[in-house]
Amino acid sequence: MMDLATAHPAQSAIATADEAIRVENLHKSFGHLEVLKGVSLTARRGDVVAIIGGSGSGKSTCLRCINFLETPTSGRIVIGGEEIAMRADGTPASRKQLERVRSRLGMVFQAFNLWTHRTLLENVIEVPVHVLGVSKAEAAERAMVLLDRVGLADKAATYPAFLSGGQQQRAAIARALAIDPSAMLFDEPTSALDPELVGEVLTVIRDLAAEGRTMLLVTHEMKFAREVADHVIYFANGRIEEEGPPDQVFGAPRSERLKQFLKSVS
Amino acid sequence: MIELLSLSPPGWGGNLLRGLLHSLEIAFGAFGFGLLIGLGGACGKLYGGPVLRDLLAVYTTVVRAVPELVLILILYYVGTDLLNKASEAMGYGRVEISGVAAGIWVLGIVQGAYATEVLRGAIKAVPSGQMEAARAYGMPPFLMLRRVTIPAMMPFAIPGLANLWLIATKDTALLAVVGFNELTQETRQAASSTRAYFTFFLAAGALYLMVTLLSGSVFARIEAWARRGQPSLRKAAT
Ligand SMILES: Nc1ncnc2c1ncn2[C@@H]1O[C@H](COP(=O)(O)OP(=O)(O)O)[C@@H](O)[C@H]1O
Ligand SMILES: [Mg+2]
Repeated sequence: MMDLATAHPAQSAIATADEAIRVENLHKSFGHLEVLKGVSLTARRGDVVAIIGGSGSGKSTCLRCINFLETPTSGRIVIGGEEIAMRADGTPASRKQLERVRSRLGMVFQAFNLWTHRTLLENVIEVPVHVLGVSKAEAAERAMVLLDRVGLADKAATYPAFLSGGQQQRAAIARALAIDPSAMLFDEPTSALDPELVGEVLTVIRDLAAEGRTMLLVTHEMKFAREVADHVIYFANGRIEEEGPPDQVFGAPRSERLKQFLKSVS
Repeated sequence: MIELLSLSPPGWGGNLLRGLLHSLEIAFGAFGFGLLIGLGGACGKLYGGPVLRDLLAVYTTVVRAVPELVLILILYYVGTDLLNKASEAMGYGRVEISGVAAGIWVLGIVQGAYATEVLRGAIKAVPSGQMEAARAYGMPPFLMLRRVTIPAMMPFAIPGLANLWLIATKDTALLAVVGFNELTQETRQAASSTRAYFTFFLAAGALYLMVTLLSGSVFARIEAWARRGQPSLRKAAT
């Protein structure tokens, strides 16, 4: 890959354009605590990349650094071939650029984080109308299609607090889809759900994977990760300990830590 | 007694109502001005740099420490004096400052200090995920304030703000010390001219009570609207 890039600079540009997300040598410390110790990963367009690992290994922090919800200490973040400009201290150099990039990354949180003072429909049209400048009528029409797709068309006028966690998370996925995201970031989307509600959310995500959405998915659902992911990354102690195709990572783990981890979660 | 309160002279009812109108005008202006200061102050305290935070801490501490009557005297005389000096320095001569504008300015500064604390507390009570989602989707800071932070903090702020509004309506009475014709001042004039103290102060008291009752129902509606996304606590308790 490297050789190819040096030999044919033009092809390197194409290869970059094919990448939805590229993270290079990402470091992040909270005070003295070094949480990410040089993480590099790439998601090509249409890839589903699953990130697994023990609690506190830095999975969420890594995901949140991608759209700068956390400020990286150092490293490079490239979204759709565009590098997010960083100052020496890791803070974003251009608020405008960051806002533009963020408005194309659909993030789904563990705690849903729907806006509680807005109905599901209002939640879904909020960003298209107020950030992307889509007309209200057009956004609402699209939002209804999306809510229908996640099975919530009849709840469009309901406020989030009146719904189950599974319904809220499906609405949050509709909100993410409404921006027509170039990639989606999922941070343990089913971890806050009662067991009987996990399935309905996984069904929606499985559906998105099947239609070729680019996704970075932090999850504890190992069976699901193995089923939908094109590539699996195992985090331990702020580093990528092992990665590869799902059958290899789950079926033939090499690192001792990963073997232990898989035993502990199965 | 009825003649004394009749709206046209020789009755004093018209004067009382005019006084009430002035009081409400000032209370409304001061409350609004205080809200603006409070919103800026709360954001400054939460998101501002160290210098701004220190300045705001001095403002809220001093204003809340000094008795309101003293503050009103200070702000009124210092404010008008400074304004006149500035205007003379620029060659415009002395300016006539309207009582309403002065009242709004003076009470607004007092209200602003309390509103800063009410709104700061309310913003801090909003679950951080609400703002985080806004940031994650690329909302610029001002849009986020308008579309997420302010509406989300409203349920926490309304009770405190309702208190502030009632205090504003009653603090207008303190402006009598600088000769402003609000309700209390008008009442005193009517009472001393006619010697019917009981009648007039009872009437004024009734007017203040009506304002309070009406405000209560208005704020109850605003609060119900602000909490539209939250299941009712009463239902949850049963
Ligand atoms: N805002 C923060 N301030 C300080 N420490 C943090 C913060 N966020 C996360 N951490 C720490 O960073 C480590 C990694 O956290 P996280 O990325 O959430 O792990 P994971 O998602 O893999 O469970 C943990 O030890 C956590 O306590
Ligand atoms: Mg996590």
